[in-house]
Amino acid sequence: MMKKIALIGGVYSNYLALQETIKDARRRGVDAIYCLGDLGAFGPHPDRVFPLLSENEIAVVQGNYDHSIGNDLQDCQCGYTDPRDNYFAKISYDYTYANTSGENKRWMKALPPEIRLEMGGYRVLLCHGSPRKMNEFLWESTTPAHFLEKLCRDHQADIICATHTGIHWQVELPGDQHFANVGVIGRPENDGQTHVGYMILEVDPRPVFRYIPVEYDYRRLAREMQEEKLPEEFVETVLTGWWTTCLEILPAKERIRGKF
Amino acid sequence: MEASPALSYTSPPEVHPELHLDALDNLWFQVSGTLCNIACDHCFISCSPRNHSFELMTLAQIEPHLEASAALGVKEYYFTGGEPFMNKEMLDILERTLRYGPATVLTNGMLITPAKAARLQHLADNTRYSLELRVSLDGYTEAMNDAIRGKGVFKKAMAGVERLYAHGFLPIITVTKTWEDAEDEAVLQGFADLLKSHGYARPRIKILPSLKLGKEIARTQGYDRYEYVTAEMLEEYDCSQLICANSRVVTNRGVYVCPILIESPSARLGDTLEDAKRSYALQEQACYTCYLYGAICSNFSSGKRDA
Repeated sequence: MMKKIALIGGVYSNYLALQETIKDARRRGVDAIYCLGDLGAFGPHPDRVFPLLSENEIAVVQGNYDHSIGNDLQDCQCGYTDPRDNYFAKISYDYTYANTSGENKRWMKALPPEIRLEMGGYRVLLCHGSPRKMNEFLWESTTPAHFLEKLCRDHQADIICATHTGIHWQVELPGDQHFANVGVIGRPENDGQTHVGYMILEVDPRPVFRYIPVEYDYRRLAREMQEEKLPEEFVETVLTGWWTTCLEILPAKERIRGKF
Repeated sequence: MEASPALSYTSPPEVHPELHLDALDNLWFQVSGTLCNIACDHCFISCSPRNHSFELMTLAQIEPHLEASAALGVKEYYFTGGEPFMNKEMLDILERTLRYGPATVLTNGMLITPAKAARLQHLADNTRYSLELRVSLDGYTEAMNDAIRGKGVFKKAMAGVERLYAHGFLPIITVTKTWEDAEDEAVLQGFADLLKSHGYARPRIKILPSLKLGKEIARTQGYDRYEYVTAEMLEEYDCSQLICANSRVVTNRGVYVCPILIESPSARLGDTLEDAKRSYALQEQACYTCYLYGAICSNFSSGKRDA
């Protein structure tokens, strides 16, 4: 029976952080590693992520990026309205699409929109944005507890895990129900720190989420992004820990904490 | 614009497509009714200091709806009018709402006194939820803005923006589009420059399409006869973009389908949120604007910054 699992959010082609995260999770003795989707975007060399996933038997939930790339769609389905955000999103999407092999695209197309597990009697639901919508943003400051309780009810789950926003948080709900946004390992959390992070869920016997910061060679990632001619704005985020693009989706509280 | 199926209609369609409520994610309150301290030329519900067609709502009237909303899993709360800060109970209403979830206020910023700004900051600092302020402005110069919103409005609104910024807010400046597409970039830049010159270093700007309703009909023109949403137009369309797929608005006269249509009798769905869960036939011409632009009432805004 599984007691302890690692939950990795958006990878965004950051294969260097993925390597470190896998090592860290193994060292902590997890029973299994799951990834909640968005394998590409933002970073360099998207195809380097896939062998790491298969070698380590990591089950993956489909993210909106994986769905878009896998189905040859025109954009990432992030729903930006700001022309500047759309400009950068398109650069990132076109680069990722052009540099992902046909085989990997087909693999992403077939990924499941959710994974369900049972841990110590708890029904665990892993999804990308939310259980009802792959590209729904669940931010700490705009997600009421009663809304999460409804998701648990509607989707027959005691524990829901998601990613998609890029910033981790967690909450315990009434009735021993739980929600965690596991963050992402693709880029830092808009807090001026260069590390990324993932979550460990341990059920023994009660569920406990722990956020684990992960250090990786971010200078090398930045260098490779520059070599691939990805935007300097993205490189700046990797080097400084502050988001520089796609800021419109941030609610007031999360936006105020950032620099831009 | 490219030809759309709607162009084949020369008169209103006889049958309007029904749209069901996917989930009540966004709950609006017409908290100051149709009462406003100003009377803008483009107001789609003709709010003014004397328009009592909808009245102010009290905390006591709002509270039961907040309670009911929690059981329905509402995600966000929005307050509009008129001018919400005409309502003397507005800050208490926000305090109560922020116990339930995130709140957004659509304001003209003119009534945000130093004392109100300080209390708003206190409210924002003492909740885990976001408190957003959306401040309407219609020009990046006094002349441009006041031509639409009235004499003296620009200075008072900018004072409100400065106060909010000084109290830790990043207000979303909401602008109704009254210019041609080709001018988009120049206008956005004009607003960004204005806000920066007032010390607002990382402005958030949201552009709204104009709604050809209320006083806006006199300012420009109303809808053309073919401008309706038809069943055909909804094929392959992401209906979650339409406000009525995920929102309702509570007024002192009952619950309506969306904040834009409160003056249309067809838009009143009942007395309670439970009544208002029923589907709505997209029979109003403003539905056509919502269809074209999508998600026009959400908080998404421009994050434009200098390189």
